[in-house]
Amino acid sequence: MADNEKIKVSIDGIPVEVDPGTTILNAARKIGGDIVPPAMCYYSKLEGSGGKCRTCLVKVSKGSEKDPRPMPKLVASCRTTVMDGMEVQNITSNEVIEARKGVVEMLLINHPLDCPICDQAGECHLQDLGFEHGAVSTRYEFERRTFDKIDIGDKIQLHMTRCILCYRCVFTADQLTNQRVHGILGRGDAAEISTYIEKAIDNDFSGNVIDVCPVGALTDRTFRFKNRVWFTKPVEAHRDCPTCSGKVTLWYKGEEVLRVTARKDQYGEVEEFICNTCRFEKKHTADWAIEGPRAVAHTSVISSNHYENLKPLQVIKENPTLKEANKYQFERSVRL
Amino acid sequence: MARKLLLEHINVPQINTLAVYREKGGYRAVEKAIKNMSPEDVVEEVKKSGLRGRGGAGFPTGMKWSFLAKPEGVPRYLVCNADESEPGTFKDRYLMTHIPHALIEGMIVSSYALGAKTSYIYVRGEMMPQIRILERAIEEAKAAGFLGKNILGSGYDLELYVQPGGGAYICGEETALLESLEGKRGNPRIKPPFPAIAGLYNCPTVVNNVESIAAVVPILNIGAEEYAKIGIERSTGTKLISASGNINKPGVYEIELGVPVEEFIYSDEYCGGIANGKRLKAVVAGGSSVPILPANLILKTAKGDNRLMTYESLADGGFATGTMLGSGGFVVFDEDQCIVRNTWNFTRFYHHESCGQCSPCREGTGWMEKVLHRLEHGHGNLSDMDLLVDVSKKIEGNTICPLGDAAAWPVASAIRHFRDEFEWHVTHGEESQTGNYGLAHYADPLEPVI
Repeated sequence: MADNEKIKVSIDGIPVEVDPGTTILNAARKIGGDIVPPAMCYYSKLEGSGGKCRTCLVKVSKGSEKDPRPMPKLVASCRTTVMDGMEVQNITSNEVIEARKGVVEMLLINHPLDCPICDQAGECHLQDLGFEHGAVSTRYEFERRTFDKIDIGDKIQLHMTRCILCYRCVFTADQLTNQRVHGILGRGDAAEISTYIEKAIDNDFSGNVIDVCPVGALTDRTFRFKNRVWFTKPVEAHRDCPTCSGKVTLWYKGEEVLRVTARKDQYGEVEEFICNTCRFEKKHTADWAIEGPRAVAHTSVISSNHYENLKPLQVIKENPTLKEANKYQFERSVRL
Repeated sequence: MARKLLLEHINVPQINTLAVYREKGGYRAVEKAIKNMSPEDVVEEVKKSGLRGRGGAGFPTGMKWSFLAKPEGVPRYLVCNADESEPGTFKDRYLMTHIPHALIEGMIVSSYALGAKTSYIYVRGEMMPQIRILERAIEEAKAAGFLGKNILGSGYDLELYVQPGGGAYICGEETALLESLEGKRGNPRIKPPFPAIAGLYNCPTVVNNVESIAAVVPILNIGAEEYAKIGIERSTGTKLISASGNINKPGVYEIELGVPVEEFIYSDEYCGGIANGKRLKAVVAGGSSVPILPANLILKTAKGDNRLMTYESLADGGFATGTMLGSGGFVVFDEDQCIVRNTWNFTRFYHHESCGQCSPCREGTGWMEKVLHRLEHGHGNLSDMDLLVDVSKKIEGNTICPLGDAAAWPVASAIRHFRDEFEWHVTHGEESQTGNYGLAHYADPLEPVI
């Protein structure tokens, strides 16, 4: 696309040029850093995902160059496309921060908070979200909903109690597999992910639902309770796989490969989906051509000890451009 | 006697049959529209009439129609939203049961105006008798040549279908209705795109309430100017109000918009006053989702003017001291009713009906219900009121569809206006299980009847 067709938007005062049709979230990701809204349900590789968790709400303080009126409500940045001249406030709007805090609280009220016994701990998006945007304690004083664990085939386990109903696995099953055997039963807070009468997903790519799950609701039965993720070393490897790209991350403990996952980027999204053979059956170093250590975000608990880190993020709250552009809001929040 | 347009012939025996309906002037609007008017003329006429959507939001119907995208070679649809399930609202069911042809005629005229060749009436699943009545009416209309191919020799074709829903409140939200109509799970879609651009089967679609569509018939019959003369300011025409609660004459009333609320509650033409000589405590003016108002604020606005049954007057004062006309579900509470119990009951409904798609509504409605349950049963804390207000604020405006707002408003308004009653439930836990807080300072400003 020609340069003159790019449209200009600003997010928290930082200008960026993007192609028409880009969502606010992706425009923010283009800038990177602290101003990227968190996303629990949006997954750039899954068509139709997003809009449900409401953690990525942002304030559009100027609609566009043509129609500068602000949008009346906060909008889900993952599903709202940018307009030319749009001005978006994310971390500089107290309204957004308040609303996000509310959403985090809502997401956590029916979550068991069983992180000490959860396999996802350490790479859980909900943990990160709660840490960055949540309140210290909950005001919810009632019983939380619970479900029995369900085995989806012999490799995947579904523990609905932890689910935040982001629908990512539903979209994955819909878009990667041919049969529609994965969906939602029930309504409201009684809704549950189901494979309909616990019918196993019989598909080469079904294991990807584990990778897309932002919490520990869908876990790898070949890895469950084997180790904490921060004690394992992520190593990039590939193999010549007839069904998928074969590009994976191996998670080592000593000499042993404990699990195989797809490679995840800094937003926790997989780069390429991998097949079940690679994921569940190739657990020997001999099966793989090792590329080197996997870069992990420096903020991640997995990187705490060693290993190569991703570069520190460019835009942080101390960024001078951000500070200058939002002087008024920052001063105001200090005053408040 | 107020002018009646929709329910004029409600008491005529056999008005549900085509023969009697035609005898009383039925299907004149179809003949007039199809023979003498272009579709644009009909849209223009509806615009001029000032008709506003009768389903709750009050969006001008003519304007909604003019937003419909008209790309070449793509079908357009008209869908009638008969998924009436708001607690307190039962006007559409009444209309469909007794004068089904009013809806069918409206559907034909409206479909003609929009250029829709296929139209649907999406009826709530619980209303099986009404579905049968409508299906029979469609058969009759088809036999008389008002539906099907080449209507009245004009070359205009229209197929009209009745689709039963599954009985979910959420399917009354227009995009959830379309999902359900397509045979999918009734989850609201994320807007934009709006149905006027990409609706049913991704084609431009208009979704209208039963009463809005039925009102198109009298607009064509008496003319837009005449229709616009009824009512006050931007609230034109007549409106069906479903009156229920502690009143002497519950039922569906057709009012000319602009009737004072006091007259509506106390005059013998309408509700006939509070039952058993009790006094008015509170009113939910437009179905369970609109803010509840205490007696002093429903009869007079905060400025001291008489409150009228119009979109503007009821909304006067915003949500601080006002409410909404909504879908016209007028629920009256007398001094013996418990506002806490009522709020809990409404919230229980929204908790049950939340679709579970987006987190604030899914988790928040359940949370509010549990807190209100605790309050109602005398185990609450004084901090619960602030908690409820805060939770309702976190839901309101942050959800995909308006169900979140609808769940938040009744709670926020009940606490805003009846906070001392909530506090009394905490401080007088045991007493509140048997007794009642009564009227307190929001007593109805009128003289007691006895």
